[in-house]
Amino acid sequence: MDENAKPVLVIGGGIAGITSALEAAEAGCHVVLMEKSAFLGGRVARMYQYFPKLCPPTCGLEINYRRIKNNPRITVLTLAQLESLTGTPGDYEATIKISPRFIRNSCTLCSACVDACPSERPDEFNYGIGKTKAVYLDYAMAFPAMYAIERSACKEGCRACADACIYDAVDLTQKEEKKTVQVSAVIAATGWAPYDAARIQNLGFGSFKNVITNVVMERLAAPEGPTAGRILRPSDGKEPRSIAFVQCAGSRDENHLPYCSAVCCAASFKHANYVRAQYPDADIAIFYIDRRVPGRLEDFLQKLGEDEKTRFNKGKIAKVEEDPATGSLKVTAEDAIRGDRTEQTFDLVVLATGIVPQTDGLPPGFEPDEFRFINNRMEKPGLYAAGCVRRPGEVSAALADATGAALKAFQCAVRSARHG
Amino acid sequence: MDKKLGVYICSGCSIGDSLDTGSLVKIAEGEGKAACCRVHPFLCSREGVDWIRKDLEDDTADAVVIAACSPRVKTDAFAFDPFTVMERVNLREHVAWCQKPRDEDTQMMAEDYLRMGIAKARKMEKLIPVSETISKKILVVGGGVTGMTAAKESADAGYEVLLVEREASLGGYVAGVKSRFPGHPPYAETIHEGIRDTIDAVLYHSKIQVLTSAHIDKIQGQPGMFDVEIEVGGSIVRDRVGAIVQATGWKPYDPSKLGHLGYGSSPDIVTNIEFEEMAAKGRIFRPSDGKPVGSVLFIQCAGSRDKAHLPYCSSVCCMTTLKQAGYIREQNPDAKIYVVYKDIRTPGQYEKYYKAAQEDPLTFFTKGEVVSVEKKSPIGLAATVADTLLGGDIEIKADLVVLAAGMVPNSADGEAIRALEDAELKARTSDSEKQRAEAARKAEELRRHKGTEILNLAYRQGPDLPALRYGFPDSHFICFPYETRRTAIYTAGAVRAPMDSAYAMEDALGAAMKSIQSVELAAQGQAVHPRAGDMSFPDFFLQRCTQCKRCTEECPFGAIDEDEKGTPRPNPYRCRRCGVCLGACPERIISFKNYSVDMIASMIKAIGIPEEEEEKPRILVFMCENDAYPALDIAGLRRLKYDASVRVIPLRCLGSMNIVWIADALSRGFDGILLIGCKFGDDYQCHFIKGSELADRRMENVKETLQRLQLESERLRLTQLSINEPDKLANLINEFADQIREIGPNPYKDM
Repeated sequence: MDENAKPVLVIGGGIAGITSALEAAEAGCHVVLMEKSAFLGGRVARMYQYFPKLCPPTCGLEINYRRIKNNPRITVLTLAQLESLTGTPGDYEATIKISPRFIRNSCTLCSACVDACPSERPDEFNYGIGKTKAVYLDYAMAFPAMYAIERSACKEGCRACADACIYDAVDLTQKEEKKTVQVSAVIAATGWAPYDAARIQNLGFGSFKNVITNVVMERLAAPEGPTAGRILRPSDGKEPRSIAFVQCAGSRDENHLPYCSAVCCAASFKHANYVRAQYPDADIAIFYIDRRVPGRLEDFLQKLGEDEKTRFNKGKIAKVEEDPATGSLKVTAEDAIRGDRTEQTFDLVVLATGIVPQTDGLPPGFEPDEFRFINNRMEKPGLYAAGCVRRPGEVSAALADATGAALKAFQCAVRSARHG
Repeated sequence: MDKKLGVYICSGCSIGDSLDTGSLVKIAEGEGKAACCRVHPFLCSREGVDWIRKDLEDDTADAVVIAACSPRVKTDAFAFDPFTVMERVNLREHVAWCQKPRDEDTQMMAEDYLRMGIAKARKMEKLIPVSETISKKILVVGGGVTGMTAAKESADAGYEVLLVEREASLGGYVAGVKSRFPGHPPYAETIHEGIRDTIDAVLYHSKIQVLTSAHIDKIQGQPGMFDVEIEVGGSIVRDRVGAIVQATGWKPYDPSKLGHLGYGSSPDIVTNIEFEEMAAKGRIFRPSDGKPVGSVLFIQCAGSRDKAHLPYCSSVCCMTTLKQAGYIREQNPDAKIYVVYKDIRTPGQYEKYYKAAQEDPLTFFTKGEVVSVEKKSPIGLAATVADTLLGGDIEIKADLVVLAAGMVPNSADGEAIRALEDAELKARTSDSEKQRAEAARKAEELRRHKGTEILNLAYRQGPDLPALRYGFPDSHFICFPYETRRTAIYTAGAVRAPMDSAYAMEDALGAAMKSIQSVELAAQGQAVHPRAGDMSFPDFFLQRCTQCKRCTEECPFGAIDEDEKGTPRPNPYRCRRCGVCLGACPERIISFKNYSVDMIASMIKAIGIPEEEEEKPRILVFMCENDAYPALDIAGLRRLKYDASVRVIPLRCLGSMNIVWIADALSRGFDGILLIGCKFGDDYQCHFIKGSELADRRMENVKETLQRLQLESERLRLTQLSINEPDKLANLINEFADQIREIGPNPYKDM
């Protein structure tokens, strides 16, 4: 591509944004990839395994990080948020606010600062379970491979990390920076957040400790997670012998998310696999409306169907109640097949919370649909959405989408060179 | 001329505390014959990097060995001219962080790693940039919505396109439908206009050449240089293209196989395709007597989600039924519509269509299994449905039954076609009758692939993309959805996965992006995914080739063809640089300038083997650099301790493991050999598809070597490991080392 071509701006350093950036850059396009947190990887970095292969997301992430490291056309900005975007397709000016990391590139990950740090912060990467030091690395394979400091968690006047660092990598005086870049197109790959399960009052999340969400399940199963990979009851740390999965926790519900989040069925089936790998005798029940696993993911459902101790119950949940003495949960549900109600008690209840598009901070032009997804790729030249912010879907769908968005942006970059 | 090696040792990040760097310098300067060797307490600092840069600039050194942290980190600091020979020795993650500091064994480990790095750097050759004149034209196969979109979007990005369609006109299936879902807001409506605009945009695009009623006779060559022969109306059109998008779409599942749902027993039982045709023509009626329909039964998953038919979900039939139910409602406000389903699958925003249909008071959705569909006399149909939500079996009477038949990818399985040809040949020519019979039986099994060719690739491994499962020709459908096993050939649309037209049009964009990328990388002599940017090419020293055909058979990407005698004919632009061929070759004639059998052999040779009485076993570990190696780095980052007897050699893929290394190592006195690769099998994690599996297959031959040397088979182990298992890896090393100690020293040690 003509070296005069303006770069493409990709907002969001999750797997969709990484993919858009790489696919455009490997075709010759310059790319600025900006991520609001301190590390790339987004949601998938917090997952233990992908369905249906039950393989670790870090496997694909590692390859992608290597591609980024090898590609001089990609500029990665972390702790970065878009402040404004002006201009027209092929000729935008983006102003990006970069929050201080307080760690310089000279960081070697030697960990002297972490050992010295006296302060802690809630571990956001683990959805608030457990704590990290104020100087932290989200996960071992994180990119960029350098710590970050959450300054608000520091004790006043503390310089322990700076004193411990012999590589001059800690700079507690760093200030917020503004960066202005001229870009030809913008890809919004800002992803999703889990629906706030506490809003679904009858399911007991937030009131009962042993009601957890699907995203937390990922962290419990992950060897790097807060329980070192053991699925245990939050209330007492015991091994659960019976687990209920509640599908459509928020999704397909006019009071919450009217759309289908598309991935929660396969995600729960995957979680059933996690449980089975650890507890060969555990009873698993899956409460669902429809089991939605498109294409060859059907195999995944069929295979789970062969599990003798996994039951599928078509029907909505009326309520979840806790036995305060044991922490166990009584689930009252409709059994649509038998046409009656069923009451069952479980040690652990996992809510399959849905996908909420993350659109905060996107500039005008990214117009939300009635469900707040940004589904306007073909219509608006120059501004493209990709991945789960556009449509809820599994990783492979998001990546196909991200690759396609890369082409639309690539076209803008080509034209920007032609027009000088 | 010998290289002038600059060896740079970092003593930071506790390397200096853990190791005697002075001894390392002695090794580099002494036996390593380094032109210069410097130790810096913070090598990745500007000052440290400047030392190296200056040595390179003033020609003190022309090749670099950096003994510091893992090659996975500080890549931005140690970024020199990509053509400079550089080797990184991992003294931090793989030694200082995982071994006892200031310990004899730790020091020996570091010294060995340095020797290995120096040995490798000595053997590495400078890469030479390659650039050939290549075609950047994109060939799009299939002129349906997917192919047309791929063509138009590639052309809009500035690329010439050749679009080939076998039918007389463009448009494919979608050109004939009454309406379709737009895939974007407003979600409650379907689009009724056809796809004339898209067809026109393609036909009148200055960069697109369209060939209809065309058949691909042959595609020969490699990315950037595919020579295509296309038959159009009896004459042959020849062209050269750089990359290929296969958008050959789908075909409906053969309804004659749906006899259990009554198909064929009454004209009033039709497929959704037939129903769509009827609706597109206008009036919906009962085929048997032409009368209007008062009740319609849609049977979902007619063939799909059924092991006896299509095991997968066809993904679009639920939406199609909702759309077609709408056609009926438009024509008859009083018609009763029944939908019998297993699960209604309307993902994402599509849920809105389902909700709207549920609000229709005369549309009834019933979960259940259709047991039978029978004709009623004198007219009409009745279906028996079991396992319903209403309990027990029910009977549904309808004027018309629509079978929601599934989608079958319009693909050809290149590997199967090739296997069929091989079997047919063997059935004719094998020496023994038994072999001929066996081959004939195999040929019969594969008969259905006869004549299914689409791309007609002149590839040794078969004329089309290999299929992964159910005829879908992809290779890494989660992380890298467009990857196939043939370089620069990508699939899009319903041939890649079942999908509707809205998704397929978007899918075309991604495949077009990948095609453009592959020609751009080819133009610079660079590899595509997963070793994107790699500028090495395999060299074949063919004078020593014995025509064993292992390389041509094992290359996961079908990069190597062969002549009549079986001599390999490499196609370097198809190469993904995994080195599987290098591992396969018993004559060791395949090498890369920066990766070769000799290079690894010299690394093995560089490792010191302690005398038997020292009781220090040595274990050689070959590991996949993509997954196991990073896992070992993480073990270091987490300061997990493991046995100091191991010496790790990373491989591009475990499939590049050549068994000569194992024989070398055993005869040199290594006590054990551990091979760690990615998971293989149905859910393989190998980035090169079957590298680790091929390595495992080669183990059979290695076992013979062990027997010949009268060594215990436990001295050799191949293990599968995921990248997220650093603990398991450390434990595995320890457990294997214990086992080797138990077995005792390799008797060849002192020979």
